[in-house]
Amino acid sequence: MTAQIKVEHVSKVFKTPGDDVVALRDINLEIPRGQFVCLLGPSGCGKSTLLNAVAGFSLPSSGRIMVDGATITDTGPDRGMVFQEYALFPWMTVAQNIAFGLKIKNAPKAQIDAKVAELLETLKLTEFRDRYPKDLSGGMRQRVAIARILALDSPIMLMDEPFGALDALTRRSLQDELLKIWEEHKKTILFVTHSIEESIYLADRIIVLTYRPGTVKRDVLVDIPRPRDPSAAGFNALKRELAELVMEEQQRHQQAELRGLTTD
Amino acid sequence: MNKGTLSRAARGLWVPLLIVALWQGAAVAGWLNPQILPSPWQVLQRWYAYLMPMEAYDPAQGSYAKWLVSGELIHDAIGTLYRVIVGFLVGAVLALPLGLLMGASKRVYGWFNPLIQVLRPIPPIAFIPLSILWFGLGNAPAIFLIALGAFFPVLMNTIAGVRQVDSIYLRAARNLGAGQSTLFVKVILPAATPYIFSGARIGVGTAFIVVIVSEMIAVNNGLGFRILEAREYFWSDKIIAGMLTIGILGLAIDTAMNALNNHLLRWHRGLEH
Ligand SMILES: Nc1ncnc2c1ncn2[C@@H]1O[C@H](COP(=O)(O)OP(=O)(O)OP(=O)(O)O)[C@@H](O)[C@H]1O
Ligand SMILES: [Mg+2]
Repeated sequence: MTAQIKVEHVSKVFKTPGDDVVALRDINLEIPRGQFVCLLGPSGCGKSTLLNAVAGFSLPSSGRIMVDGATITDTGPDRGMVFQEYALFPWMTVAQNIAFGLKIKNAPKAQIDAKVAELLETLKLTEFRDRYPKDLSGGMRQRVAIARILALDSPIMLMDEPFGALDALTRRSLQDELLKIWEEHKKTILFVTHSIEESIYLADRIIVLTYRPGTVKRDVLVDIPRPRDPSAAGFNALKRELAELVMEEQQRHQQAELRGLTTD
Repeated sequence: MNKGTLSRAARGLWVPLLIVALWQGAAVAGWLNPQILPSPWQVLQRWYAYLMPMEAYDPAQGSYAKWLVSGELIHDAIGTLYRVIVGFLVGAVLALPLGLLMGASKRVYGWFNPLIQVLRPIPPIAFIPLSILWFGLGNAPAIFLIALGAFFPVLMNTIAGVRQVDSIYLRAARNLGAGQSTLFVKVILPAATPYIFSGARIGVGTAFIVVIVSEMIAVNNGLGFRILEAREYFWSDKIIAGMLTIGILGLAIDTAMNALNNHLLRWHRGLEH
């Protein structure tokens, strides 16, 4: 089976007034259709940079990213993005937010209404359909953000620490809902997190990135059957292994910051 | 209205009532020259006369309701309101697209900004001589001046509003498939409305100041004209009645703007209560 997303020799350099930041160096990945992939690493290792490159918001400095054989040049609804900051349109109600993508595609009204009603139901948002985002909790806002891209039936979902700002219980229930949606709709998911536990709970495959330059440090397949129990032995063994890898990068991050402090 | 707001309104009535009572007392005692400062009672009588029709009701001339609003004050208020609304709309309709373009494009901003920076500090009042040269007397110069007064606040706030649109909304919209025009109409414009609205509110306030001044110069009706006319006859009671009418009309316009604002921006975080 050929890969749906192909990342080939991707590097990203940010030019800054001081010196250039090499955020990504020579990343190579092949992600098959339907895989749930987590990008894991300490803050500043380039997770968002890689995700934004796949989303098409900011193209690689060199190398290329292909989706279904075509090189990415721009963002688009085939790769729906869920942002950490929700990014719901505050002037639209929940239902209008969900309908936005279909409306600008000029889908027939009956079809939009049916799709929106279905998604409101799936994400337990029906009674909030006419509320504005400011009146919703963080967990509900993120549900709307997920519904908004499900409305477009994007085959690929890109998620940048979507549950990072939520409390533990809300987070777990959204993780479970996401897994259900993923299994039902057969999405390919690229999910950024810096929570090791979250990555093991969710992913088929975890990609650990190194800190500056961002490269692939380890590519791990998680073969624990779902639903996964975070207190099980296998879960914890993997957690220890990944913690060690992430900690190494975290230390390099701190050392880099210290060096930065002494040379400034 | 519940008890709380009623009692709060009552509390706010004490000071004006006290002032009016002292004023009336001073007038009754003969301490005030009625030519310079008439008694409140005299003002009230004049106000009533100003409000009511001059001729007695005659069924042959039309309906009772029509007769009731045929008074001078109603005509003046309608004339003033008409100029404010038309002038404001002309100014805002010109400012809005220009502001959107200037906010969205650095290039367009570069073309227009120097000119605007020079014109903006000129008070609309300073355009009176030119406006009369260009448009003669009548509604045209008044509307020109009012439009000018409303134009800049709306323009500046629209530019600021477009610039502060969080780029995350643009990215989200583009990710959902929005093209350039959708982005403009469905994202940038609504995201900028809180700013545009506060500009509109300032613009209406300016328009209201300018309308009174321009009525004193270019036209022969309206509240501004009427108080200047009353001065020529030394009708100080009518001057004060006219001024109070201006105050009430201004308050009504601002209240209406505020209600519209709260309704259209009900989604906005700043309005959370
Ligand atoms: N626009 C930019 N200009 C300059 N440097 C940037 C820019 N964007 C990111 N960087 C740098 O590139 C590196 C990678 O950033 P990125 O945001 O991808 O990290 P991250 O792994 O998502 O971190 P976090 O977990 O904090 O979100 C960081 O060191 C960051 O400082
Ligand atoms: Mg990030």
